[in-house]
Amino acid sequence: MKLTGSEILIECLKAEGVKTIFALPGGVVLKIFDMLHQQKDIEVVLTRHEQGAGHMAEGYAKATGKAGVCLVTSGPGMTNVITALADAYMDSVPLVCISGQVSTSLIGNDAFQEADNIGLSRPCTKYNFLVKDVNDLATTIKEAFYIATTGRPGPVLVDIPKDVSLAKAEFTYPSSVAIRGYNPTYEGNKWQIKQAAEAIMKAKKPILYVGGGVVFSQASKELLELAEMTQIPVDMTLMGLGAFPGEHPQSMGMLGMHGTYCANMAVHYSDLVIAVGARFDDRVTGKVSEFCPFAKVIHIDIDPTSIRKNIHVDIPIVGDCRAVLRELNQILRATVNGNQKDLRKPWWDQIREWQQAHPLAYQQEPDGAIKPQHVVKRLYELTKDRDPIVATDVGQHQMWTAQYFKLARPNRWLTSGGLGTMGFGFPAAMGAQAAFRDRLVLCVAGDGSIQMNMQEMATAVVSKLPVKIIILNNRFHGMVRQWQDLFYEGRYASSYLDTTPDFVKLAEAYGAVGLRAGKVGDLDAVLKEAISTDRPVVVDVPTYPYENCYPMIPAGGCNHEMILADPPELKQRMAGVPSTGSDENKDTILTA
Amino acid sequence: MEHIISVTVENKFGVLSRVAGLFSGRGFNIESLSVAPTLDPSMSQMTIVTSGDERIVEQIVKQLNKLIDVIKVVDLNESEFVSRETALIKVHTKAEDRAEALRIADIFRANVIDSTPSTYTIEVTGDPKKLEAIINLLQPLGIKELIRTGRVAIAREAIRSAVSQPKKLARE
Repeated sequence: MKLTGSEILIECLKAEGVKTIFALPGGVVLKIFDMLHQQKDIEVVLTRHEQGAGHMAEGYAKATGKAGVCLVTSGPGMTNVITALADAYMDSVPLVCISGQVSTSLIGNDAFQEADNIGLSRPCTKYNFLVKDVNDLATTIKEAFYIATTGRPGPVLVDIPKDVSLAKAEFTYPSSVAIRGYNPTYEGNKWQIKQAAEAIMKAKKPILYVGGGVVFSQASKELLELAEMTQIPVDMTLMGLGAFPGEHPQSMGMLGMHGTYCANMAVHYSDLVIAVGARFDDRVTGKVSEFCPFAKVIHIDIDPTSIRKNIHVDIPIVGDCRAVLRELNQILRATVNGNQKDLRKPWWDQIREWQQAHPLAYQQEPDGAIKPQHVVKRLYELTKDRDPIVATDVGQHQMWTAQYFKLARPNRWLTSGGLGTMGFGFPAAMGAQAAFRDRLVLCVAGDGSIQMNMQEMATAVVSKLPVKIIILNNRFHGMVRQWQDLFYEGRYASSYLDTTPDFVKLAEAYGAVGLRAGKVGDLDAVLKEAISTDRPVVVDVPTYPYENCYPMIPAGGCNHEMILADPPELKQRMAGVPSTGSDENKDTILTA
Repeated sequence: MEHIISVTVENKFGVLSRVAGLFSGRGFNIESLSVAPTLDPSMSQMTIVTSGDERIVEQIVKQLNKLIDVIKVVDLNESEFVSRETALIKVHTKAEDRAEALRIADIFRANVIDSTPSTYTIEVTGDPKKLEAIINLLQPLGIKELIRTGRVAIAREAIRSAVSQPKKLARE
């Protein structure tokens, strides 16, 4: 029997096991929506903006490990979803984005709501397709899912003109695909792995530097075995958080610009850096020429372009993290003896010394302004037994959450790393909640970034996605303010947000629950109330506005040269500034 | 250092923009690029002349390989290769210069492929040095228009396989 393009698309999505898509309709995709409306297998979450749809699909993908799917219309629908595609491309998130296109006869005519979707998305997708013939549609969708989820995952766009969604064809879903130009390497080179094992056995001061690749390849178990067997400390990148248990005695926490003192010192002074599924981003390396100057580097990554892109690598291993770690563990199991602990004792003594010298710290006065770190720490302690999924936006609150929310497992951490997309957190949290209706999903946000996709509050309420948003409200674009205080003599150019909305009333206006924790003493009670509510909740927490995120490696600085506290000249300048961000002090803030 | 990279790609629309976009997006140089279908009409062959240090060229090759429409990438500088470029040169020729133009063409084994009372169009093929040389000689006459194809290149066959190939053919 012949089916229309729209029906074929839906059958393909079902065949791929898609249960939920995030979508916003428009002229050229009406037929697809009409068909979606007449079936029950796929839930459609109607978003209020296409960027939200894209980020929701990302959150869904990061939490489930499967491809997230979003559906948008032509022209502005497409341009709105670009930010999410670029975000997914930077962070290797498997995504299939279906975009509508004007009818094939109109393409190139500057038709109403026409945009060159293929041209627009080319630099921010792993691959993209324009389907010109309905007979190619099923194969194209199969290829799209295959490309998005294999190798180094990424977003794939399928552009479907209106007439293709209406035209009919016989439907058969191909069981497999073969693309001659696309053959990702999964098994690592055995000789190279043997070299790596030998280097690990010999190293006196080794460090594991693990990233998002461990999460995507589900290699956490193998990583844990490797680390414990060889007694090697573990540094995690922002994307790698959760890949190794945050509370494990061998976890150094996050490294990089706002990483822990210990994580950065350890990587700087190590004699062997074992990079697993990480890409030596500039936020990790600081000044590239002086990154891990004493170390040999082993780099395990499925993407050959990641290797030797930023730094020299001594032992490159192209392959899937899990497959390579399994092979590596097998060799090490046969060679490791009890001596590992003794051999590395001086290294561990040094590491414990670093940990004690400068642990993560903040000062919370019992009756003073609420410190943002304290909110994250309490949120962590109150929720860790429920194994929550945690999303963040981008900025200071993101770094504090990365530092203090010690995730025990992978696929719990939704954050925008490479692109640094403000407005990512809330929709991503909703995407994860749509995949796991019964789980606790938290979104830590700033008062600046939450306003970038606030409109999705309507989606959360209507689609019953009970995400808990905790706003660390410092009335600033906090990270911008921090840089201005440190590097621009405290001139707050466009970083003070002044008339932030009343988030409690705003939540209520959308039909969600709004709560506020005004004093330190109220914090626990308010957070508990929020996490026990089964509706979307916004918790507004006014925090001390001038808190800075430390440690900090200034851009282009070396990893062992961190700023650990406000420098003296900044302390002096801030001496007269009131300690709260309440309304009475507004004028003082403005002139500070 | 200059590198000539030979890239076999899918013969589909949009592939050229993916390759060109890769170079512009990552700040790699393209000195010339030529593209045409191969014996197998489902594939095209690109010859890209680029430049950069060892690390950059390694990235260029890896990034090209990463493109899904790219089937094969060969950095020709890793072995022996031959390369050629064709130029079409339209030269102003006053009556007294016409013989000189023909003499120059003859020296470079170039052909005159079009002629009007006041111009010759000369076709010349060779390596870039040869093309530079004939252009320099024709310049005093007055070059009206100059079109170059960009280089195409092919690896030299290793001697051993060149010998073994006829045998294989004989068996077939």
